[in-house]
Amino acid sequence: MLLEIKDLHASIGDKEILKGINLTIKPGEVHAIMGPNGAGKSTLSSVLAGNPAFTVTKGEALFNGKDLLKMSPEERSWEGMFLGFQYPVEIPGVSMVNFMRAAVNEHRKYKGEEPMSASDFLKLMREKRAVVELDNKLANRSVNEGFSGGEKKRNEIFQMAMLEPKLSILDETDSGLDIDALRVVSEGVNKLKSQDNATIVITHYQRLLDYIRPEFIHVLYKGRIVKSGGPELALELEERGYDWIREEND
Amino acid sequence: MYKQYIELYGQTADTICGHSCSVMNARRNEALERLAKAQENIAPATDGPMSENIPLPVGKTFGPEKYAHTDIDALLAPDYGLNLNRLKLDVNPYDVFHCDVPNMSTLLYFLVNDQYYDNPRDNSQSLPEGVFVGGMLEFAARFPEVAAKYYDKLASEHEDGVIALNTVLAQDGFVLYVPENIKVEKPIQLINVLQGDVPFMVNRRLMVIIENGAQAKLLVCDHNLSPAQFLATQVTEVFVGENAFFDIYELEENSVYTNRIASTLIRQAAHSNVMSNGITLTNGVTRNNYYVKLEGEGAETHVSGMAIADGDQHVDNYSFIEHAAPYCVSNELFKYVLNEGARGSFAGRILVREGAVKTEAYQSNKNLCMTDEARMWTRPELEIYCDDVKCSHGATVGQLDQQAIFYMRARGVTEKEAKMLMMFAFMADVIEQVRLEPLKDRLRQLVEKRFRGDLAKCRGCTDCGSL
Repeated sequence: MLLEIKDLHASIGDKEILKGINLTIKPGEVHAIMGPNGAGKSTLSSVLAGNPAFTVTKGEALFNGKDLLKMSPEERSWEGMFLGFQYPVEIPGVSMVNFMRAAVNEHRKYKGEEPMSASDFLKLMREKRAVVELDNKLANRSVNEGFSGGEKKRNEIFQMAMLEPKLSILDETDSGLDIDALRVVSEGVNKLKSQDNATIVITHYQRLLDYIRPEFIHVLYKGRIVKSGGPELALELEERGYDWIREEND
Repeated sequence: MYKQYIELYGQTADTICGHSCSVMNARRNEALERLAKAQENIAPATDGPMSENIPLPVGKTFGPEKYAHTDIDALLAPDYGLNLNRLKLDVNPYDVFHCDVPNMSTLLYFLVNDQYYDNPRDNSQSLPEGVFVGGMLEFAARFPEVAAKYYDKLASEHEDGVIALNTVLAQDGFVLYVPENIKVEKPIQLINVLQGDVPFMVNRRLMVIIENGAQAKLLVCDHNLSPAQFLATQVTEVFVGENAFFDIYELEENSVYTNRIASTLIRQAAHSNVMSNGITLTNGVTRNNYYVKLEGEGAETHVSGMAIADGDQHVDNYSFIEHAAPYCVSNELFKYVLNEGARGSFAGRILVREGAVKTEAYQSNKNLCMTDEARMWTRPELEIYCDDVKCSHGATVGQLDQQAIFYMRARGVTEKEAKMLMMFAFMADVIEQVRLEPLKDRLRQLVEKRFRGDLAKCRGCTDCGSL
């Protein structure tokens, strides 16, 4: 079992947003989490990545059999967790190269490996850039600064390729992408898929799921997973919208 | 607060004058009067005569507040020793320091406490003919007219008591003189070394004369050899002629027991170009004043600085840029990172005089307070008496972006390293200003070392040795 979430509750300030999430993910699986705005989708991804803005009030989460909730965000990353941000953060003055080198070398250190040589590192950058057709110019710039919306999302998948995570959570990676960028990003995700890793795709829309084909669809509503099913559930949501979910659950 | 120094001078005038030169001695009495006046007006009165023709709101924004955040009184109060008899230290700085910036060879000079250290190496071979670099006493002997023409010319315009105090007590100093149309290729490096066993005061005097069409770069480094309590006053007068270029970089790596009150006074003629960059890495209490007077058309000046402070460190930069001629450009950039209980202050005044059309004056001061205890005061002051100018100013005080830290941590970068990357990035544009590539590289290393805590205490020669 890669990830096991049991009765997870989380709040920001006094406001409880997650009200008992249960979810199990095995290596090789692709899951989609869908749901209307404000359902708690981004909160779930933030909580799993360890964003200190949220407080877990109840429940547990095991990642590789270890207590995920006790780990710092960086430890989660070293253990193989990756969050593709809905809004990637701009970090003026910090170059992509320095940022990624620091990240890759911390991961190696965790595994007991030596830091990468400068030339090996640049080779790795080149190789992984190709996965999402990320321009060399962007790789030399400050992190996300002055990137277009599409470039930011590509940059997320590039970082995912660099770090080779076991579990990738892609938070609305499709929003704001035109058709071409959507194709590039999804192809990138598909190339990185293997029997050993798993992906959670968070989205509003069916169109991403045409490219990345998840076997499991979950509907998140008011902080709970209210429905789970196969790909046909996504198609039903596409056709009928979320009103019937609201009616069933309110 | 100046009283004890006025009395001291009364008792020791003969000794001081006896060890100095007539050019310096000729200016002492007038400075003494200014000092006495400063004593009377305690809570120093104005920013000096540069603004005397212009009616200003008295006492509220200007005047006493000039030193609002640095307690000069406390700095001057201790009973310091002074090296009045010019006793030589038994240290040869040329043996102790090996100060070559990698890939940059500089011509090296020393002021040991406030005394010029006779250079056992003869640098003059590496200098173009006619250029003088060396001690004030030798300069006054070899170029008496030039020395008399420039010495105290700018300093005497100021009512600031500390500047007057320096003129009264300074016995020696350092001079860089570049005659017309000569370019000094090699950067000149002056190292201020402090050594002493008791609380000690030094009064350093620097004079830079870059004549029309000439060019030079000066790097000044401050170091301690011993952790005694020091107060260093420093007055640097800089005269830059038409079409002349001059860079001055100051790097302070003192012990936390060293306090410094420095004034850099710059006068620029038409189409001259000056870069000044003051970097405070370790210190006790530091106050730097920058007065830049753009007198000739089309002059350009860049005044930047950074401070990295923690513990009980205190860094205060004050700048006053006077646009007195048309088509001049000034660009100011000061950045601070304050940790623990450190305090910082920046006040930047820009005065655009009537007739200074097409002035471009930009000022930016950005600061990070890393703890709840750190304090920053910042205050821009723009006075514009001319239409048709472009001026801007901006000041920010804030913390590191938590979102960005989380973003980096989510990629496996530790919190400490994420902060390090961001603090380093924050300072990058100040380093980018430097117009000496090898110095830029060296500064990047020093700043990173400072942030990593490797420079928390000045290790004197070991740091400088690697420079």
